Amino acid sequence: MTATPLLQVDDLAIAYKTGEREQRVVHGVSFSIAPGEVVALVGESGSGKTTTAQATLGLLAGNGRVESGTIRLNGTDITHWSQKRLDSIRGAVVSLIPQDPGSSLNPVRTIGSQLAEVLQIHRRGDRKAIHARVIELLERVGLTPAEMRARQYPHELSGGMKQRVLIAIAVALNPALIVADEPTSALDVTVQRRILDLIDELRRESGTAVLLVTHDLGVAADRADRLVVLQNGRIQEQGPVKDMLAAPRSAYTRRLLADAPSLGKPRPARPGIESRDFAIEVTGLTHDFPVSGGESRSFRAIDDLSFRVRRGTTHAIVGESGSGKTTAIRSVVGFIKPTAGRILVDGVDLTTLKGEKLRQFRKHIQLVYQNPFGSLDPRQTIARIVEEPLLNFEPIPAADRARKVRDMMARVGLSESFLERQPRALSGGQRQRVAIARALVLDPRVLVLDEAVSALDVTVQAQILSLLDELQKTLGLTYLFVSHDLAVVRQISDTVSVMHKGRQVDGGPIETVFGRPDSAYTRELIDAIPGRGLPVLAVPPELPPRLSP
Amino acid sequence: MVRYLLGRVGQALAVLALTFTAAFLLLQVLPGDAIMIKFMSPDMGLTADQIAEIRASYGADRPLWERYFTTVGNFLTGNFGISIQAGVPVSQQLATNLPPTLLLASLAFAAAMILTIILATVSNMVGMEWLRAGLQSLPSLFISVPVFWLGIMLIQIFSFQLGLVSVISPGPVERLVLPVLTLAIPISAPLAQILMRNIDQVLAQPFVAVARAKGASRNWVLWRHVARNAIMPTLTIAGVLFGELLAGAVVTEAVFGLSGLGGLTYQAVGNHDTAVLQAIVVISALAFVTINLIVDLLYPVLDPRLGSRSGAPA
Repeated sequence: MTATPLLQVDDLAIAYKTGEREQRVVHGVSFSIAPGEVVALVGESGSGKTTTAQATLGLLAGNGRVESGTIRLNGTDITHWSQKRLDSIRGAVVSLIPQDPGSSLNPVRTIGSQLAEVLQIHRRGDRKAIHARVIELLERVGLTPAEMRARQYPHELSGGMKQRVLIAIAVALNPALIVADEPTSALDVTVQRRILDLIDELRRESGTAVLLVTHDLGVAADRADRLVVLQNGRIQEQGPVKDMLAAPRSAYTRRLLADAPSLGKPRPARPGIESRDFAIEVTGLTHDFPVSGGESRSFRAIDDLSFRVRRGTTHAIVGESGSGKTTAIRSVVGFIKPTAGRILVDGVDLTTLKGEKLRQFRKHIQLVYQNPFGSLDPRQTIARIVEEPLLNFEPIPAADRARKVRDMMARVGLSESFLERQPRALSGGQRQRVAIARALVLDPRVLVLDEAVSALDVTVQAQILSLLDELQKTLGLTYLFVSHDLAVVRQISDTVSVMHKGRQVDGGPIETVFGRPDSAYTRELIDAIPGRGLPVLAVPPELPPRLSP
Repeated sequence: MVRYLLGRVGQALAVLALTFTAAFLLLQVLPGDAIMIKFMSPDMGLTADQIAEIRASYGADRPLWERYFTTVGNFLTGNFGISIQAGVPVSQQLATNLPPTLLLASLAFAAAMILTIILATVSNMVGMEWLRAGLQSLPSLFISVPVFWLGIMLIQIFSFQLGLVSVISPGPVERLVLPVLTLAIPISAPLAQILMRNIDQVLAQPFVAVARAKGASRNWVLWRHVARNAIMPTLTIAGVLFGELLAGAVVTEAVFGLSGLGGLTYQAVGNHDTAVLQAIVVISALAFVTINLIVDLLYPVLDPRLGSRSGAPA
């Protein structure tokens, strides 16, 4: 390491003011970044990683305050600089690649004007020179034809393209440090890889250092020189990536490594997998959506999808956004009628059911949604939420209902003290447990899990996955598991369908598909999974058993 | 784009047609009419036959549907009928009374917009937290304040107490100051609150953080990123509040003794002068629909997402 680090954070403490109370969220964090180095701040939600990153840019939320400690940039203490002074270095010396490309560009201004803005603010040349530089930057990040892209609005670009624009903005003035705050967590895995490659490439060209904020240990392991692991606002461990992965010292890092869904941990093959008793049989499922503008034109969202799921096993549908996986499960649960094809659930053809019969049949096939924050009514109590499905079918006495709800809560590992609470008092993992309890209270035979663990932190994700596994064993459930995350899919499923642009490009037992994929697309997906460098760890015996959140 | 435009214009025309019909029916089912009020008073000493003759000459003895289609045809050719009370064409009455009201309403609308933007901008400055807090509690107060009361209070304070605006033979500009304020204040208060809330929402958007990370100052961000995004929802409400403005103008003219549509409406209601009322309702609806049509057509200009449908999938 050189004599003066580019960024040096010393004993940083940050607090947020909520009402009259100040709550400290970052406690005495110290780390440094040398010029050209990539340091990853790794942690789960609430670990203080984003807050720390925001502080280095002087962009804490309005109610946040640096309580103590210093942030030095090139040896200069910038901790208490005024916003006006910070404006002169932001964009020029330190820049940002934000988390969510979808909302990080102003919807009413063109790409070109938003890229030009950073050059205008720092007065880099006249109108002509700025325009030339904008075109050059757009070409550099692979947005061609650049002249056309410059005139487009954000809504005319895909998520990956928007992130390229934001990267162009961040590198426009060759800053010394880029803060990349979860730069790819909102993107598909193949896009993620291309974006991370692009950041790597640009960084090498100009010798820029990167502070990479991520919850994904795989991404950090692949891309960073050093790791800083945060938990609850405190540094658990920091050091060179190789050393930490080979011999993590803190229990927390070990837990993170163990819970990271890496490719090394396939689900053990299960007995009974050869049975010919199928819970779900989908044959030739095709779905066309009408396209506005022409009566005869339509968009084929699913094209001839077929798969079978044996009772008591898990089938995964994998694909990136736009692959048709959501349309597929909406057909399977009977929300939409497919254009063609048969869907047999327990031998009953769902596509022939209508109205009340279809409604009654839904009892057997329940859905757990992706977003544990949006899928629970914020005004109902947990008891009411779990009980509600029972009220939609044959009447059951109140006492029986209450008993069923309590049973189900116990099954998903939530104590009875949760019953009278409201969803906002629960963490993401707890909410997802409630959503599972609500789905199971009707004793369904099939559970459809739509990205059910995608929004959760890795340790919580691991807990929910093991809960699902346990429930499957004890209740004999059949799962249809929809996900974009191949690593998770490999952990939980027995069979898999890989979808790409509405077509099934690969399908069969998980080991076959992952070991000898038929299609180039599946291979690309597998190769794009971050964290291939992660060591394969068994959970060390000294770890305490998993706690319910 | 063309489809959007045609759709909006079509909607506006439909609203106008419905308003016309509803107003016509409501005015016809009212008991009594202008002819009875004017000619049946005993001083006239007219016989029943003579009255029936007069009714026939106005076409009032025709069946409802026939009168409806005659009126529609007349309106479409710009003939608003004849005021029975005044005995002159309604268009002539409108020619004298519409311009002052239109002037008052447009001035008030413009004043309300300016007031709104000033309030929202100032309350977003550092050190103006008190104004912000005040404004946020004010609008509910102003919505419940009757226009006539506000007008009287303004006269009390500015004319009688402070002597700033004279009430006796004021100049053409001076005459309008207080009425415009009376109309603008109750509209600008809720608008400012909505605009402030929108500004807060936009400020919380990630693209604002990105702009700040580019090194943009607070004001740069406010004017170049926040303003256009925050103004859009405010516009919709502004269009709706314009209706309030029309209703307020009638009362305000009465309070300040101005001639205009307000006075005309007041008289026409008293005399059941349906031809005049029908014209006033249609003209008010036309103004309301036009303002909202302009708002609708401004949207695609302000927000490119509404302009093109050729975007790439998300």
